[in-house]
Amino acid sequence: MADKVEGKAWKFGDNVNTDLIYPGHLLKSFLPAPEMAKHAMEGADPRFAREVKPNDIVVGGRNFGCGSSREEAVASLKAAGVGAVVAESFGRIFFRNAVNVGLPVLECKGISSRVNSGDLLEVDVAGGEVRNLTTGGVLRTIPLPPFMLQILDKGGLIPYTKDRLAEKKA
Amino acid sequence: MHAVEKILARASNEKRVEAGEIVNAKVDVAMVHDRAGPRVSDSFEKIGAERVWNPDKVVVTFDHNVPPPTVENAEAQNRFRSFLNRYGLKNVYPGGTGICHQVLPEKGFAWPGAVIVGTDSHTVTYGAFGAFATGIGHTEMASVLALGEIWLRVPRAVRIEVAGRLPLGVMAKDVVLRLAKDVGEEGALYNVIDFVGPTIRGMSVDGRMVFCNMSVEMGAKAGFVEADRKTLDYVQTRTGKTFAPVKTDPEYDYEREWRLGVGKLEPQVALPHSVANVKPVSEVGDVRVDQALIGTCTGGRLEDLRAAARVLKGRRVSPDTRLVVVPASLEVYLQALEEGLVETLLHSGAIVCPPGCGPCTGGHMGVLASGEVCVSAANRNFRGRMGSLDSFLYLASPATVAASAVEGRIADPRKYI
Repeated sequence: MADKVEGKAWKFGDNVNTDLIYPGHLLKSFLPAPEMAKHAMEGADPRFAREVKPNDIVVGGRNFGCGSSREEAVASLKAAGVGAVVAESFGRIFFRNAVNVGLPVLECKGISSRVNSGDLLEVDVAGGEVRNLTTGGVLRTIPLPPFMLQILDKGGLIPYTKDRLAEKKA
Repeated sequence: MHAVEKILARASNEKRVEAGEIVNAKVDVAMVHDRAGPRVSDSFEKIGAERVWNPDKVVVTFDHNVPPPTVENAEAQNRFRSFLNRYGLKNVYPGGTGICHQVLPEKGFAWPGAVIVGTDSHTVTYGAFGAFATGIGHTEMASVLALGEIWLRVPRAVRIEVAGRLPLGVMAKDVVLRLAKDVGEEGALYNVIDFVGPTIRGMSVDGRMVFCNMSVEMGAKAGFVEADRKTLDYVQTRTGKTFAPVKTDPEYDYEREWRLGVGKLEPQVALPHSVANVKPVSEVGDVRVDQALIGTCTGGRLEDLRAAARVLKGRRVSPDTRLVVVPASLEVYLQALEEGLVETLLHSGAIVCPPGCGPCTGGHMGVLASGEVCVSAANRNFRGRMGSLDSFLYLASPATVAASAVEGRIADPRKYI
């Protein structure tokens, strides 16, 4: 099952759209992952890409990742080392894209008011739990459905679809 | 059941499905454009499928960056083209044909009851034809190309009823901006929005596409307009086939409803940096305009160009403003030429670009400098979307954009009509 992730929180507000997460003018360049990482969250917080550490956790408000279908938004976060994204709610394409590239995501009501930037968090996507190790608070939520956890476990949709193709052939 | 539930039940071989349930749906049409194509092909190769499940059901448009603006983009487009050839994909519409969301209906790839997925969030546009249509990312599209199916959570429907006759100078875009304000950017999150009421019924297919297109700006998974005579006529002309509408049962229980009367609606403007930050044009104040954009998948259709030409006929664009016009498709462009609209626009001082997405996503053909203001007939005014993070985007109807281009200030189009 998807492992727990422990990292420092980067908190953002409501309706952070994918243009803010990954700039549209770069899409035509089809940058490789390490280059994409340098632009993650550029429109929302220019410090983010420079200072983010492996396994840090992005905490969003409502409708995080709304807007465009660009998968570069989740890919840039993953490439930057983000361990998980937790938000009050998600733009639905962002949510699917995250699972599909193997970036753990969790919808968790109340997260915005219980976490400050810099708090140390432990996110248990499979168990549906977020622990704020700085304040001691615990938030419970509905975990992802088993097949989505399976996609995450496999490392994303590509290996998952590979298996499904093999099953179909067998 | 809601019409979308019936569509998803059919596509997943079930008698009934309910909101919240997860189904495996067979895909009728998969749309890929050049902005995602090179990534889709990379992911597809990683999956290692021998073939695309059904090349006839895949539609490819080159619309985001046409003609290619940079060397690296041109290289990527070529990589994508070799992929298309390698896997025998034939429904390919090259640069200049138009924006996917106009080209698919024109070429007969949107019909009542279809399940359509595309690598673009505005794929929701095809709900205007009574289809279930939604956007997905490029990895997911690669998986669809391999398997021909996709998991979907059946959405609960909300209902938006629009009644009243639109006043002169007020367009579908004004109504949908006002709805974005009422519903909010996340008011219909994960829902399908059913657009109903006499105003929608009275509207052309073009107008209905504007509504469904912008359903995603209210968080929706899909927009939907039940097919009627107008839809069926359009679809029959384009596909050569007859379709029956998929209808919602009268007892369907909507999660939420909104009503809007439009009989006295003023032109509306969305202010930076949110689609829901909407005011009537009379309350916007004095806003200088550096660039005006008429085009995109929500504001570049024939009706839009007609409205713009009506305002601009015999007038000049302000010397302090550049007006960029991008017809949504070649078909729209040719018809606009035939009607003399393009000539009117050119004489007014407009820059007319080849059909495609134009500068909407900040790629080319009208990218904004810091401090610049653009009033746009597009669907998103997110900060930085069209260039500098320090530019400012206002959304309005094509008529309002045209009037604003004339005055060099955001302006009410009604005095020009």
